[in-house]
Amino acid sequence: MTMAEPRPLTPTPVAQKRPVYEIARLSKTYARNRLTALTDVNLTLYKGEFVSVVGSSGCGKSTLLKIMSGLMPPTTGRVVLEGTPVTGNRSDIGMMFQQATLLPWKTTIENIVLPIEIREGRAAARAARPRAHELLQLVGLGDFANVYPGELSGGMAQRASICRMLISDPAVLLLDEPFSALDELTRDFMNMELQRICAERQATAFLVTHSLAEAVILSDRILVMKPRPGRVVEEIVIDLPRPRTLEMINTPYFGEIVAHIRDLLGKEAHE
Amino acid sequence: MTASPDMASPDPQSDTVWVERESLIDRIPRWVAMLALAVIVITIWDLVTTRTGWISPIILPSPGETLDDLIFVGHNLITGGYMLEALWTTTRTVFWAFLIAIAIGFSLGVLVGETKFGERAVMPYLVAIDTMPKVAFAPLFIAWLGFDISSKVALAAFIATFPIVVSTAAGLYSASENERLLFKSIGATRWQTLTRLKLPTGLPQIFTGLKIAAVGVMAGAITGEFLGGGQGFGALIRQSASTLDTPRVFALILYLSLLGLALFFSVAWLQRRLVFWNKSDRLGGVM
Ligand SMILES: Nc1ncnc2c1ncn2[C@@H]1O[C@H](COP(=O)(O)OP(=O)(O)O)[C@@H](O)[C@H]1O
Ligand SMILES: [Mg+2]
Repeated sequence: MTMAEPRPLTPTPVAQKRPVYEIARLSKTYARNRLTALTDVNLTLYKGEFVSVVGSSGCGKSTLLKIMSGLMPPTTGRVVLEGTPVTGNRSDIGMMFQQATLLPWKTTIENIVLPIEIREGRAAARAARPRAHELLQLVGLGDFANVYPGELSGGMAQRASICRMLISDPAVLLLDEPFSALDELTRDFMNMELQRICAERQATAFLVTHSLAEAVILSDRILVMKPRPGRVVEEIVIDLPRPRTLEMINTPYFGEIVAHIRDLLGKEAHE
Repeated sequence: MTASPDMASPDPQSDTVWVERESLIDRIPRWVAMLALAVIVITIWDLVTTRTGWISPIILPSPGETLDDLIFVGHNLITGGYMLEALWTTTRTVFWAFLIAIAIGFSLGVLVGETKFGERAVMPYLVAIDTMPKVAFAPLFIAWLGFDISSKVALAAFIATFPIVVSTAAGLYSASENERLLFKSIGATRWQTLTRLKLPTGLPQIFTGLKIAAVGVMAGAITGEFLGGGQGFGALIRQSASTLDTPRVFALILYLSLLGLALFFSVAWLQRRLVFWNKSDRLGGVM
């Protein structure tokens, strides 16, 4: 069975909200190996919404995120953030990668103000320190501002990189498997932290993951992608109340959604 | 660390007690171990030379003779004799050669490491040349520049430049894909990415190159002095060797190695100050 059209299970409840990020008819073919990584991707992110994209490895998730963040140009299509086309890196986009990538020669707080230092200079970075302190408090790292990253655990380092992403007050957060290098307990904890931070700031977030449970627990909507060529095959609205808790993982509804997505992804393996 | 069950309690009902013992070598302080080794080596040395006469004094002088010459050379150095002048000449050679090697090596390394052409076309040649026995160029440098200090400086600098170029270029490549993406995503310019990401990330490797260069610059200076004559310490060693004054040669080499050690450990010290976050490549726990 093939499903070419994105088909929501239920009507999108956030439709009345303001669109923040709009992508239309996006495709990407890598020139190097003439590989079509993405074809005809359409999606809209609304203000304050949390959207995840799941799919097997190699289906173009990271490619999509790199295009959305302006790190890489698309081959065709429209990519518009807050009314302006994305043509290069932008300070209103916050990025987070699988590795925390904190610079080991800078203290935690110096790492957090790095985007300010690069964009606006050292004076502005100094001026941003009180704000960085607030962010560190927000993620529970208040006592670690002047510690070097070598002394932080994996989870703490990722929390610091959340602060670095938030320091420039981005309109949209793009997260590429941010917690997949962490152990499962830390990961659950970090997901709950992420939910709290997003709710507090009414952040618009776009998460790439290959953990179905993680996607369901965090998202308002999930996009399911399939490879060769990479495309969005289905959009699933998650109708769980907020705030979400880890206990919800054990509800039948949760299990149904996970099973449904697994079924969708599994079919592709047999195609 | 060893542990063994305490056999004094053979009663099967009672719990086995495991006694942990640190091995002897873990318990004695490092300086004691080092001193002990020195005493052993010198004793054997003394045995095979003075005591038994197995080895001719022309090949290996006894510890006593060497000590006499160490004192003689040391006295000459302290009182500002001709040997101090020779040591000073060699020190100047090494200093200038190292400075030139760092300046040229670092600049070339950045050029090679920062450009696609450098990475693809130039780097393979550099790595190939780096493995060549570069002292073989010594006669050429003497033919070009004559017998004064400049030919020695040139040879020593030539030898020391390559490890610095290669390690600097390799150091610049060592920033990870994620770190580059991060810098790109926060809008860093090429210059910012170079100075605030690639250079600091490459520092440990650059220092490894500098240490190799510090050894090479000494070898180059002394080789130059062996072949090109002049006033340096290498010339003194060669003269003593040609009169089969082996104890003097030994003493001179020992003092010369102090110069090499001073250079090497200055670099290591600087590395410890600058690359404070990377503790992985300390020398045998000493530096
Ligand atoms: N720079 C590139 N050049 C050529 N092909 C690439 C490049 N980056 C990724 N690809 C290919 O594009 C496809 C999608 O990759 P990616 O977006 O990284 O997938 P995902 O993140 O979902 O695992 C893969 O087949 C991958 O091999
Ligand atoms: Mg990926």
